[in-house]
Amino acid sequence: MAAIEVHNLCKRYGKVTALDHVSFVVEKGELFGLIGPDGAGKTTLFRLLATLLNPDEGSATVEGCDIVKEYRSIREIVGYMPGRFSLYQDLSVEENLNFFAALFGTKVEDAYELIEPIYKQIEPFKSRRAGKLSGGMKQKLALSCALIHRPKVLFLDEPTTGVDAVSRSEFWDMLSDLKQRGISILVSTPYMDEASRCDRVALCNEGKILTIDTPDAIVRSFDRPLYAVSCSNMFGLLCKARADRGVVDCYPFGSTHHVVANDEFAAGQFVDNMKAQGLSDVVVEPAQPTIEDVFINLMKR
Amino acid sequence: MRQLIILLKKEFTQIRRNPFLPRLIIAFPIMIMLVLPWVTTMDVRNVSVAIVDEDHSQLSQRITSDVSAAEYFKLTDGVYSYSEALALLEDCQVDVILSIPRGFEHDLSSAQPKKLGVDANAVNATKGSLGSQYLVQTIALTLSKQLAEQGVEAASDIVVVQNRYNETLDYRHLMIPALMIMLLILICGFLSAINIVIEKENGTIEQINVSPIGRFTFTLAKLIPYWIIGLFVISVAMLVAWLVYGLSPQGSLGNIYLATILFILGFSGFGVAIANKSDNIQQTMFVMFFFVIIFMLLSGLLTPISSMPDWAQKFTLILPPRYFIEIMRSVYLKGTTFVEMWHNYAALTGFAIVFNLLAAVSYRKQS
Repeated sequence: MAAIEVHNLCKRYGKVTALDHVSFVVEKGELFGLIGPDGAGKTTLFRLLATLLNPDEGSATVEGCDIVKEYRSIREIVGYMPGRFSLYQDLSVEENLNFFAALFGTKVEDAYELIEPIYKQIEPFKSRRAGKLSGGMKQKLALSCALIHRPKVLFLDEPTTGVDAVSRSEFWDMLSDLKQRGISILVSTPYMDEASRCDRVALCNEGKILTIDTPDAIVRSFDRPLYAVSCSNMFGLLCKARADRGVVDCYPFGSTHHVVANDEFAAGQFVDNMKAQGLSDVVVEPAQPTIEDVFINLMKR
Repeated sequence: MRQLIILLKKEFTQIRRNPFLPRLIIAFPIMIMLVLPWVTTMDVRNVSVAIVDEDHSQLSQRITSDVSAAEYFKLTDGVYSYSEALALLEDCQVDVILSIPRGFEHDLSSAQPKKLGVDANAVNATKGSLGSQYLVQTIALTLSKQLAEQGVEAASDIVVVQNRYNETLDYRHLMIPALMIMLLILICGFLSAINIVIEKENGTIEQINVSPIGRFTFTLAKLIPYWIIGLFVISVAMLVAWLVYGLSPQGSLGNIYLATILFILGFSGFGVAIANKSDNIQQTMFVMFFFVIIFMLLSGLLTPISSMPDWAQKFTLILPPRYFIEIMRSVYLKGTTFVEMWHNYAALTGFAIVFNLLAAVSYRKQS
């Protein structure tokens, strides 16, 4: 039995299809990432799995419990951290933790060793109101509260959105730690660079899953030559490169443009072509594909 | 049960932490009870009267002095002609004009006495009509005294109105029990509704929804604090009524508390049901206001139900405050017992059951 099994799950809001026949499996003790832009249906999927929504079609189980029929059992065994901070801002750190522990009929001490690595970072502020914490601390408190009843499965909806880079990295370390303790984790993020911290990722867009694999395999699946190009007139370069015969696709990527090439592409030829069109200082370098390149590539197909 | 206690503890902590709520709960009843009984009165005072005396007789002098002596009137001096008085009336400086025609005293005991004229400014209908009625009463008294002195039987058409409205009825005493009900409506209905919808706006309800807490437990934990606050508020209001206005219930306090408990049970359930169906505070407030206005104006709080049109009187039967107002006024002013009003208590019980069921059913942990 897998931690999460999703079969052809569908959810519509009126005419908008938020989730379009999605299927995937998360193994026990796996850190599974849902990577996709806003509006990809990530939050809807979480709300369905957390039994806050009922699906229109399809089925899903969490630890073998059906999300529609056995929703009560699911609520006992999952920890859900919504994208928006949703603890009581007017209660203190300690009161929030005690409250959520009591809500699940347990005590903070019972799960203390589980939350300790996370909680000890905010413990000095335990009498501070939750609303007065910084973003990173709020996120740690929310994770502590989601873990307080020792869930078997953890749902984290965009936990790192709006958090600084250092805190983000720390947060992923904490998730790896929790994974070691056998908790299955489903986490979503709009940041492609965080995908490499997951065991497996699903790239999703507009309610559909584009591909599911390990981050390495996903990067390897990019089977075309990739180049980073730059010059002083970046916008002009973007337009002209897209019209070039050897170029399949060209899109801005950081301080350069990535060029997805076909077999006809040759770097020297490309520089000459650009020079003929008035762009004299074009630099072409081979580039390593990233998850983002794969995502853009899959999205355009 | 343990979960309910935990939820209640959280609710009370939040109420205590709220920078505004605890003060409101204490200040609100005191303010309303101290200020509003003085102003919510239909008793008309300070009616400005201009007397156009064309008779200049002993009788007209007597009428003038009687009018100026009456506590309701404020005599406007220096008005000599009718057109002058009318100008003042138009200018809203005068509410009522009394014109005494030439030869009024002379013709009084003749077969065809001259008529007195009363013009009232009815822009403020209550002041205009009540003011002119008071005036007619005062004059009628003067005239009957005068005629009695002359040994003549008063002509029946001179005495027009016999108004005992304010002789027996003190408006303040009628309004105080009604104001207590307004307090309960505002505190128990609005606050419990807002309390739920705030959890929606802050997203905290999500965390409750994914927990194993039952919806009945959750709803109950939202309601109980406001039941307690409601009982506190009515106690403060009754204390103020007794200390400041010397008004204490003629009937038993137990009857009042029983009715209060039934009413706040029902009304807070009503508020929660509305909150469950709303997404934000704005929606809740607007819908609540809609109902509260209907409750305030239609349930006999301000105007008597018996003077409403027939269809409106029937409609008031489905308004819970109507029954509560009847109980409060009867117990407070007449000392009515539980047995005499049992059907009102039964109605309040019915509303409490219906609204609380509605509140529990309309709360969905799933959408």
